[in-house]
Amino acid sequence: MLIATFGIFGMRDVLQIGVFLIALIVLTPLLGSFMAKALNGERNFLTPIFGGLERSFYRICRIDPEQEMDWKEYLLAVIAFSLVGLVVLWLLQVTQAYLPLNPQHLPNVSWDLAFNTAVSFMTNTNWQSYAGETTLSYFVQMAGLTVHNFVSAAAGMAVLLALVRGITRKSKEGLGNFWADLVRMTLYVLLPLSVILTLVLVGQGTVQTLSGYAHATTLEGQKQVIAVGPAASQIAIKQLGTNGGGFFNANSAHPFENPTPLTNFLELLSIILIASASVYMYGKMVGSTREGWVIWGVMLSVFCIMLTFSLYSEYSFHPPYVTAPSMEGKETRFGNTNSILWEVTTTVTSNGSVNSMHDSLTPLSGMVGIVDMMFGEVIFGGIGSGLASMLLFVLLTVFIAGLMVGRTPEYLGKKIEAYEVKMSVIGVLAPGAAILIFTAIASITKVGLSSLGNNGPHGLSEILYAFTSGAANNGSAFAGLNANTVFYNVTLGIDMLIGRFVPIAAYLSVAGSLAKKKAVPPSAGTFPTDSTLFGVLLVGVIIIVAALTFFPVLALGPIVEHFLMLAGKTF
Amino acid sequence: MLLVMTVFTGLIYPLVMTAIAQIVFPKQANGSMIGINGKLVGSKLIGQNFTSDKYFWPRPSAIGYNPLPSGGSNYGPTSDTLKKLVEMRRREFIRLNGLPANANVPPDMLYASGSGLDPDISPESAELQIDRVARARDFDSLQTAALRKLVKSHIEKPQLGFLGDPRVNVLELNIALDSLR
Repeated sequence: MLIATFGIFGMRDVLQIGVFLIALIVLTPLLGSFMAKALNGERNFLTPIFGGLERSFYRICRIDPEQEMDWKEYLLAVIAFSLVGLVVLWLLQVTQAYLPLNPQHLPNVSWDLAFNTAVSFMTNTNWQSYAGETTLSYFVQMAGLTVHNFVSAAAGMAVLLALVRGITRKSKEGLGNFWADLVRMTLYVLLPLSVILTLVLVGQGTVQTLSGYAHATTLEGQKQVIAVGPAASQIAIKQLGTNGGGFFNANSAHPFENPTPLTNFLELLSIILIASASVYMYGKMVGSTREGWVIWGVMLSVFCIMLTFSLYSEYSFHPPYVTAPSMEGKETRFGNTNSILWEVTTTVTSNGSVNSMHDSLTPLSGMVGIVDMMFGEVIFGGIGSGLASMLLFVLLTVFIAGLMVGRTPEYLGKKIEAYEVKMSVIGVLAPGAAILIFTAIASITKVGLSSLGNNGPHGLSEILYAFTSGAANNGSAFAGLNANTVFYNVTLGIDMLIGRFVPIAAYLSVAGSLAKKKAVPPSAGTFPTDSTLFGVLLVGVIIIVAALTFFPVLALGPIVEHFLMLAGKTF
Repeated sequence: MLLVMTVFTGLIYPLVMTAIAQIVFPKQANGSMIGINGKLVGSKLIGQNFTSDKYFWPRPSAIGYNPLPSGGSNYGPTSDTLKKLVEMRRREFIRLNGLPANANVPPDMLYASGSGLDPDISPESAELQIDRVARARDFDSLQTAALRKLVKSHIEKPQLGFLGDPRVNVLELNIALDSLR
């Protein structure tokens, strides 16, 4: 009988994960070496197509791409660009009723929801307090959200490039030009990949139209209004740019966003591809691909551990009142394995799109999602920001290793001193502090608790997930929590701002300080950072920081819920 | 710079993509809609509700298959509401399909989907409904055999041989069912 196969992890599941990992490994150096060239402003095979366009961008905006910025100028440019983007996106939403391309005549968005959504897209978080199909016009989706899907990802890459220049340059002030980095990332990397992905998605059934919603009469004579829209072009960049904010409320579980297992595979690969390639790119830029591969290996190892743990929980545990793993919140066409593979991929990167509802996963599986984000989005992470945060961890590890064996902390020929370590610690711990403080406030106040979708320890997990997702700029949710309230819209907005800009300030100040330093030749006292030993130490530091910060709250939420579930307790 | 980016990535890019999509894949770009005798009955990709015994039933939906807005139940694994819903759905599925009391009901019939619009059910869930549909339509044994064959022909295998789980599109199956004589 076929039914017996439900909930069993079989050959096809192994194959799906295997092919995904192989595709990732093959594409990483290919895209990575292209990015190393294109983002350095060198000639590449796309220059004949986009070179003219790039130059006209600079001309229109009166920018000299060769003009160097020091770290303060660079930071100022990032913040100014983001703030203007925030205000414009907020204005677009609160005036959408008067703007074109609104076939459903959706009303203006409330101030707090518009604030939350504007912050969310500007910070590359893409948390969804809104429900796309009933909240936002096509115009806001295109000229607002799609734009920020591009530029917030490009800005993330820009700060990484600045940090890398800080590491590689000697006795210099300049970290490159923010505007040139932004334009190059958008034109040479994000746009071409988005165009290809859009077309494949549409071919498989993702909608791309400006027509209003369709009115159908079902076979049983019921009325059904089918929401459509220019979705594919936005979904492509939402996946590639580690954004994750859905065109529709159900995000990538919606059949119009993710119609087939093939689109699921490609969207999944797109989530992680650029973040993965940028690690290879980093190795190229610092002149040793080994340095890149060691960091990449650390990321992949943690990814595989988390994936295995989550699959184990989802396949092995379920409440005693059923006999097979749950399909709550999952789609038939994807099944269990694809849902979990997506869950882990979307939470280690700061993507945050979902193809199943994380709120309904088993407690330990849901915890994997939370912990992935608590690592600070350094396991591949968001575009640019992921590797940049990882490099802060690298500096900390170099420092700690130096303390342990009494060696001078050095990284790639640069002395690591008190200033860099201080800044790294601030960058690493600020999001964690925001998570814990906001979660504490929400779980002891009436306004915080009134939004809960589930009772018992799962309620705490819902709040914890929300603020973790915000501070990690991830954007996925335990969506049972009704986050569209003034309290959550505002607190999560602030949470996302802290999670985005404190680390960015940390990367850039470290970059500025490193760029000024002279290079010291490696000596017998230098701890090699391209070794497996260093990789193991790095994993240790990442896990210890996360565990020390978050273990108590995890014990009160998902861990206790796991045992209560096995005991058959419900709330 | 923001203005230039808005015009380029927010207007030119999506509009050009829309134009290409409408020319190259007009059916898919507009939602893979299905019309019968010139009337729109739904989309191949969007599940719709069936309650009559004469049709195959889709999965439970947290939103009653109303796509405005889409979404799941978001009930956690220790939710009492979810437990009661699952127990009720199992009882009803067994009773209405005339299955033995201890029958294993496939999980896709017990749990609501993530989108609330899942167009598919598992092949097992379709097979378990065949007898009920045949009875409701007064099928003789020959017609029931044809129905069994019809269900079998509607099973979609994993894409490229390994991607995703096998599934049956409920709306397409029910449309084919209506033309079965």
